[in-house]
Amino acid sequence: MTAILEASGLNKTFGAVTAAKDINIAVARDEIVGIIGANGAGKTTFVNMVTGWLTPTSGAIRFDGRDITGLAPRRITRLGICRSFQVAQVFMTATVFDNLMIALGIADSHGLAVLKPLRLAEREARADAILRRYRIHEYRDQVASTLPQGIRKLLDIAMAMVAEPKILLLDEPTSGISVEEKFGLMDIVMSALKEDGVTVLFVEHDMEIVERYVGRVLAFYQGEIICDAPPAQALIDPKVIEFVIGDEPQGQAMRERAGLAPAGEGSDA
Amino acid sequence: MTQFMDRTVIGLTLGFALVALLGVFVLPDWLMSQVLIAFSRALAVLGLVVLWRTGLISFGHALYFGLGAYTVAMLGKDLGVTEVLITLPAAGLVAAVVGFALGFIIRKYREIFFAMLNLAFSMVLFGILVKTEALGSTDGFSVEQPTLFGIGTEDSTVKLTVLFLAVCTVGWLSAVLVHRYLGSVLGSLTTAVRDNEIRVEYLGYSVAQAIHGKYVMSAALTGLAGGFTALALGQVDPESMVNWTVSGELVFVTVLSGPGSVAAPFIGSLLFELLRTYAFELVPYAWQLIVGGTLLAVIFFLPGGLWSLISKLGGRDRAAQPGGNRGEGER
Ligand SMILES: Nc1ncnc2c1ncn2[C@@H]1O[C@H](COP(=O)(O)OP(=O)(O)O)[C@@H](O)[C@H]1O
Ligand SMILES: [Mg+2]
Repeated sequence: MTAILEASGLNKTFGAVTAAKDINIAVARDEIVGIIGANGAGKTTFVNMVTGWLTPTSGAIRFDGRDITGLAPRRITRLGICRSFQVAQVFMTATVFDNLMIALGIADSHGLAVLKPLRLAEREARADAILRRYRIHEYRDQVASTLPQGIRKLLDIAMAMVAEPKILLLDEPTSGISVEEKFGLMDIVMSALKEDGVTVLFVEHDMEIVERYVGRVLAFYQGEIICDAPPAQALIDPKVIEFVIGDEPQGQAMRERAGLAPAGEGSDA
Repeated sequence: MTQFMDRTVIGLTLGFALVALLGVFVLPDWLMSQVLIAFSRALAVLGLVVLWRTGLISFGHALYFGLGAYTVAMLGKDLGVTEVLITLPAAGLVAAVVGFALGFIIRKYREIFFAMLNLAFSMVLFGILVKTEALGSTDGFSVEQPTLFGIGTEDSTVKLTVLFLAVCTVGWLSAVLVHRYLGSVLGSLTTAVRDNEIRVEYLGYSVAQAIHGKYVMSAALTGLAGGFTALALGQVDPESMVNWTVSGELVFVTVLSGPGSVAAPFIGSLLFELLRTYAFELVPYAWQLIVGGTLLAVIFFLPGGLWSLISKLGGRDRAAQPGGNRGEGER
């Protein structure tokens, strides 16, 4: 197995807060990895370090064998690592279609090519195709600020995918979305991503979603990875249950399944 | 409809040709000279509109206006160069070079800090000019008679006509180029940068670079504007070229015109010039009252500037043709 993404000895501190502590992982091509952990565990910090928003205090990140530690987000994007955001980052005053056109325009253009017209028929066709793929074509001409949360999240992910990245990091793709909509959204996203053969790491709080889509779980606790295993194993790991799942809505059910709590007992807190 | 001849380009071409013809054959000299002054300023406003679409307003572009004006004036006074085909490009170039250098600092700032940092730099130039005896201090000095293809003239109508045609040509060319620019990928990084810098970075483009480029472009256009104004007035001095009131006027006309179209700065600037003239004749000591009142009315009733009125009257409801506006016109 050759790792497409490798983090070794990553540390990140904010003053007295340790947001990442000696993180060592290697992710293989085409893996789907779920990142779990309570609020403040360091999940977003990890995503931010991999995508260049934050520079680790120490340690190194390698992508396809190449050291990318400390590179600017735009360089990492151009190399092939893209991301979505916990709170969708789109162009709020532009239409859904224009959001995608701008994303495609930047992805297509190197050097002086940015001076070529944005609206090329060929590019417009691609934008429409992507909108269909992510099932948001009916919102094509709607201004982004007026979109429902779930649609804006899909747009955010679609925009991250236009550069055809090799790795995609999704930071809480289903946060702020109703329980009924979550699976629909993830089905759309994950089937599109599988077609493209992209390696995915996504942060998720809903353990049912984690179980359903990922092949491997990274559990964070106070900046440390306390468990790195397939979901069947990880979700019954006592440490994971105590420090991660205990805080999640399904914590009680998980504990029951693992035989750690008698059925019917109220959840913690 | 080819990419090079869209509706806006055709409209600009017809519009400027009409103004040029009117100027040469119909308009009296005093009106032609007002159009000259107005269109000169409009070049600067065109640059400020690009910044405004990016979410940036500068209260200090008199810096570049003054640099352009003094470049033209000093080339004539100190080097004896009066050829407008040299002095005017030099005005734009000097402003662009200074804008490029200062841009490395200015591109880090946003909002009020961006506006005020520009003001601060312009005040430095103002101070330097006021203190420089060789440049006439507060009195400034007069601009040498300009020449075109080496030919000069003492006839004021001929001189005015030539300058007028020159500003129409440069205005048309600048408007077409800025229009084409706004329709490009880089041009879409005006409103995109204003909306979400994080997303722009994560799409793979440097926000700092995008802002820097637009800043240099606005500096160059404002330098050209200053150069034309110096030639039109035949005189440069710190008060009328570099003072903060000049920056204020540029912002005023920018808001008056609105960011909707590259034609708007020319119309807005002309209206401003006429408004000021008539207000001055009407109430010599309180003309600012009328001009200020007009701006208030625009801000309250036409937040998209005069252009939104024109497009409303023309029935060109841009919201009804989503994606159809080629890079221009957004609310
Ligand atoms: N930019 C920052 N400045 C200071 N502290 C931060 C910053 N980003 C994150 N932190 C802190 O680091 C810890 C991890 O945060 P984060 O990675 O956002 O957690 P998660 O995404 O798992 O909820 C938290 O204690 C948070 O307060
Ligand atoms: Mg987070």
